Amino acid sequence: MFLGKVIGRVVPAVIYDGMAGVPLLWVQPLDKTGEDKGLPFVCADGTRMAGPGEMIYWEASREAAMTLDPSYVPVDHAVVGIVDELSLEDYS
Amino acid sequence: MILAKVAGRITSTIHHPDMAGYKLLVCDKLNDRGEPNGGYVIAIDNIGAGAGETVIILDEGTGARQVLDADGMPVRSVIVGVVDDVS
Repeated sequence: MFLGKVIGRVVPAVIYDGMAGVPLLWVQPLDKTGEDKGLPFVCADGTRMAGPGEMIYWEASREAAMTLDPSYVPVDHAVVGIVDELSLEDYS
Repeated sequence: MILAKVAGRITSTIHHPDMAGYKLLVCDKLNDRGEPNGGYVIAIDNIGAGAGETVIILDEGTGARQVLDADGMPVRSVIVGVVDDVS
């Protein structure tokens, strides 16, 4: 899993069977310190509770679709949880 | 599997139901000299690894679900060992 920040909501006009009602979010991936890293992508929301401005953690590939029910759906990124606190330690 | 160093942890109250109770650690991926290579991954810790420790991370979904005995859980990265020494 990796960190991301929700930067928007995506509202589809037409969506594949099995994905009706699944919230879609626009997510900017982050590095471990919370800085932007890479290009944003569309994420299904496995928590159904994330919203713009929140830091989340996401999973990619087949595991992403497993956050949803039914899980046999065309999804490649999904929000798994919302981050309350990110604490890093300096081990060097 | 990959070698990584535990850099911190995240706490999360709202998450997918299958994630309840698991500790999530932020781990730096290591290069061939054992130094952080700039990449990271958030892995489930089921064996009690701590900050600064070098760990072995299984980075494959089916194996991860097998380790956690959790069919259908949306997880790919799990810490499966703590490393004493790499020589």
